[in-house]
Formats: sequence, C-alpha cells, structure tokens
Amino acid sequence: MTDTLTTDRPSSPVAAAKPVARGRKRNPRRPAWEEPPTALGQAAKGVPLGVVLLAVLGPLWIIVVTSLSTRAAVNRAGGLVIWPDGLTLEAYRQMLGDPTVRTALLVSLGITLVGTAVSLVISILCAYGLSRPRSVGHRFLLVLLIITMFVSGGLIPTFLVVTGLGGYGQWWALILPGAVSVFNILVLRSFYSETSADLIDAARVDGAGDWRILWSVVLPTSRAVTAVVALFYAVGYWNSFFNVMLYMPTESERWPLTYVLLTYVNRGNGLPGSINSGFGTAHAQTAPLSLQMAVVVLTLVPLLLVYPFLQKHFRTGVLTGAIKG
Amino acid sequence: MSGLSLRIRLRRDRSLLLMTVPTVALLVVFNYVPLFGLVTAFQSYDPLVGVGQSEWVGLYQFQRLFNDPLFWGAVGNTLYLSFVQLVLFFPIPIALALLLDSVLSERVRTFVQSVVYLPHFFSWVLTITIFQQMLGGAGALNQFLRTNDLATWDVMTEPGTFALLVTSQVIWKEAGWGIIVFLAALAAINTDLYEAAAADGAGWWRRMWHITLPGLRAVIVLMLVLRLGNALTVGFEQFLVQREAVGHETADVLDTFAFYYGIATGDYSYGAAAGLFKSVISLLLLWGANKLAHAFGGDGLYRR
Repeated sequence: MTDTLTTDRPSSPVAAAKPVARGRKRNPRRPAWEEPPTALGQAAKGVPLGVVLLAVLGPLWIIVVTSLSTRAAVNRAGGLVIWPDGLTLEAYRQMLGDPTVRTALLVSLGITLVGTAVSLVISILCAYGLSRPRSVGHRFLLVLLIITMFVSGGLIPTFLVVTGLGGYGQWWALILPGAVSVFNILVLRSFYSETSADLIDAARVDGAGDWRILWSVVLPTSRAVTAVVALFYAVGYWNSFFNVMLYMPTESERWPLTYVLLTYVNRGNGLPGSINSGFGTAHAQTAPLSLQMAVVVLTLVPLLLVYPFLQKHFRTGVLTGAIKG
Repeated sequence: MSGLSLRIRLRRDRSLLLMTVPTVALLVVFNYVPLFGLVTAFQSYDPLVGVGQSEWVGLYQFQRLFNDPLFWGAVGNTLYLSFVQLVLFFPIPIALALLLDSVLSERVRTFVQSVVYLPHFFSWVLTITIFQQMLGGAGALNQFLRTNDLATWDVMTEPGTFALLVTSQVIWKEAGWGIIVFLAALAAINTDLYEAAAADGAGWWRRMWHITLPGLRAVIVLMLVLRLGNALTVGFEQFLVQREAVGHETADVLDTFAFYYGIATGDYSYGAAAGLFKSVISLLLLWGANKLAHAFGGDGLYRR
C-alpha cells in the first residue's frame, strides 16, 4: 500500500502545476489576453449598472404597485406604495367604467392604427420606388426628401397651411401633417436596396412588375425592419398630443389618452364630461392616487405588449438609417 | 442604360414613380408649402384675408422681436439649457456604452439594453408624470422626507434647478437609446488590436486610450456636430408640459416662444419671425459645426 502511494507521488507536482491556483474559474467568454477580474473592477461595473436599472424600473414598479393598491394601502403608505400591501383591481375597473377614459382609449387606438397604416404604406411604397438603381429621377426625389430633414417652415407656417386647408377640428389634421418620416423611409430604402438583385431579376424574368416584386419578393424578406418602422410610427402616434392642442383643443370627447394624462394626472384637473360618472369623485380636485396611476399604466400597456417582440431589431433599424442616410 | 430615351425610361419606371407620389405630395403640402409660408414673417398676417392679401411690413416683426425682452429670455434659456445638456448629457451614453460593452454575459447585456431603451418610447407627458410622482410635491421623495421629519423640496416647481431637472429627464429618457450608435462603433473595433496591445504590455487604461477611444472618435464627432447644429432645439413638448409649474421666465425656449406668442395669441407673423430666426441660425450652426468637424479631420455630416 505505502509503496503504491510513493509511486503516485511523482505525478502530483504535475497536477499542482495546473492553473487551479486562481481559485475562481475563468469566464470562457473573457478574451485570453485580458487581465483577470478584480473585485474593485467588478464593483465599478456592477454598481452603476444596478443604479441605471433601478432608475428606470424603480419608478415603473412604484406606479404599477400603487395603481393596484387598495385605498387602505395608499393611506397607510401616505401616498405612493412601494411594497404590495393589499392589492385590488378596483382602480382599473373604475377607470374603464369612465366614459372619458374609454373614449380616449378608443381615440388613441384609432389614431395609432389608422395613422400607422397610412404612414407605413406610403413609406414602403416610396422607399421601394426610390430603391431601384438607375431609375428615372430617383436622385432628385431623394434630395427632395432629405432637404426636409434639415429645413422646415416651422410651427406657424405649418399650422397656417393645415388650418388653411380646413384641418381645424378634423381627424386628418392629427395624422397627415406628420405622416411621413423621411428617416424611416431611408431605413426601409437601405434594406430594399440590399435585397438580392438575383432574386428580383428572376422575378422580373418571370414577368413580375414592380408592384408584384415589392409584394412577393421584397416585403417578405424585410419583415423585421418593417416591424421596427411600424413600431416607430405607432409610438409617435400613440404619444402625440401637441397636434391635439393645436387642432382640436376644446373638444374633450376627441382627446387621446396622452392628453387626458396631461390634463387629469399631470395638471390634476378633473376630467371633463365625467361629472355624472363619479370618476375621481368628480367634484374633488384630485382623484385617488391609484386611479391616476392606473391611467399612467394604461398609456404604457400597448408599448409593453409589443416591445419584447421588436426589441432585438432596434439596432438594425437605427443604424441603417443613421449610416446610409 | 442611359442610351435609352427619357420616354422609354419614364415608361419603364412609371410604377416606381407612382409609388413615390403619396409621400412627395404630403411633403410638398406640409413641408415645402410652409417654407413659402415663411413670407408671413415679413407681413402683418391676417387670417381673414390670407397670405396673398396681408399687408407687407418688411422687417417690422424682427424689430419687435429684437426689442422684446421675452424673446431674449427665450434665447438665453435655449442656449443655457443646450449648454447644460451638452456638458451633462453628452458623455453619458458613451460611458454607458463602454460599461455595457465590458460586460461579458450576453444575457445581462441584452437585459440591460432592453431596460434602458424603454423610456425612449415614452411620451414627454408620461416621462414628466413619472418624474412628478417621484420628485414632485406629493411624490415619493417628499413622502420620504415628510415621514422622516425632514424639510420637503418640490423639485418640479423650483426654477433655480430647472435646468438640472430637465437635463436629468433627458438623460432618463434618451441616454439609454443613445448608446446604440456607440455600441455598434465598439463592436466594429478589431479585437486583434487589443490582443496585440495586451501582448505588448498595455494595461486597461492604455488600451482604452489608444484603441477604444480612437475607435469611437468618428461617431463622437458626428454626434457632436449634430448636437451643435441643433443647439437651438432643446425640446418642445418637455417645456410645454412644465411651463405652468415653473413659470415662463424659466421654461420658455425658442420653440415654445413661437407657440405662445404666435399661435396662442393669434400674432402669427410674430411667431413666424421667431421661427425663421431660429431656422436661419440653426442652419448656420449646422454648417459651422460641420466645418469644425472637417477641420478636425472627421467626416461630419458629409464628406468634404
């Protein structure tokens, strides 16, 4: 027995020479040339990242929890609720029962859906129309588009044109003046320009015209960028409120959700048109906090629903536009 | 190709041209016609008779503008806010991109990215509502101060710190989104450079100074040019929403000035003059910043 032990000895120094001395396993992703991590270095990364995450997610958490809290929980906390302490959907039930919020939700959804559809269709058409090399006039048209990114008449001349065309109080005034984003067209165009020329030539040989090529060759190969551009447009429409202020400031039954958020939550005014609904107890100046927070959450929900699906494509959308534009 | 006559090429490309018609029509109506509408700045515009019949007053509106202390107040606020944003906001996306790029775990990186991009999609109304709930008079901060018997501090209505407040709002909303271009530039740096430098004994600081930062230089210069060219644009809705809370002396910037003293009062020509002033100076700034970028050997917006 002792004999075998001694014969084993010579092999053990070899084992000891293996780099186990470092105590921690080396992260295989760390490049070979980089120094091993230090505790200080790790903290210098981890702490700021933690702060950044907390700065974004903390407020959202507080708002969501408060919107779900019972009146008693809000009273106990003296306002905003950080730790769930008695949850209820009462605020949401009350909110969706209110005619002003319901209408605003429909208005917002309507403007967003119609606006996005209009913007997307004309942008796709224009981007493809300008993406074919050597077509007549595409350089001139491109310059015409790009100039608008740097020169604009500004607020008042635009306002005068829209009202001059009878846009005051009209739905189209909320959509058409801002329907075209040249940036988004450039993003789409740079994708379409990169669609395989072989594929397009093959379709052409088969007798397909440009409409057919756009529909059955180009669009199916650029779904991701289409989705990102659609999101950019949709967010723009969903968030817009200034054109409402300009073109239909007095018609509260046509206000979108963002404008309701501004007047009701931000400025603390009572909701117009809901005197009989008991919303926010109508006569009181400020409605219960949970209800206000529920309105905040409501403006967030559509974004949070589509966000996870599109998040991974942002980089492509932003960069192609920035570089090729 | 160019041997074909224009008629044949027009016939060949007619669908392509047709496709651009809706966009071009909208741009002409809502972007180019308003450009000509800028002539109202030299008129005393009367909505009842329109641009054609309104009285021409030459530079009268500009004389009024340059003698208006409210206008110079708005110019001052705009430049001050622009400067504060340049100093405090501009470096943050770069630092955040460097930080994120050094994180090894793919999962952590993706998660942090999806979180910090999120506020970019919030409206200004929503962003300011969130700030109000956190820092406002009835917000989380003061709730905490009150329960601990400390002096309360309503950040949202304090004119003295308004510049810091709006800059922190811009940072909260846009700094995360701003990292995208820098992350891409970082990913484009050849890793062989780092390996060679490390083999030659370059430590973390030297690699950062001699490889990483030069790799980011072109993008940083481009972003700086854009920022300087837009020095007179510091945001519109952000100030519109908060004007009531801190007062117009603090919150009026050039864009909101045109709205409040042009549209809201019906003094259209006056507002148009303010808008034209801003556009002309902005174009000059953009041109100047681009020159500067060329002087430093960068590409700027376009190559020389």
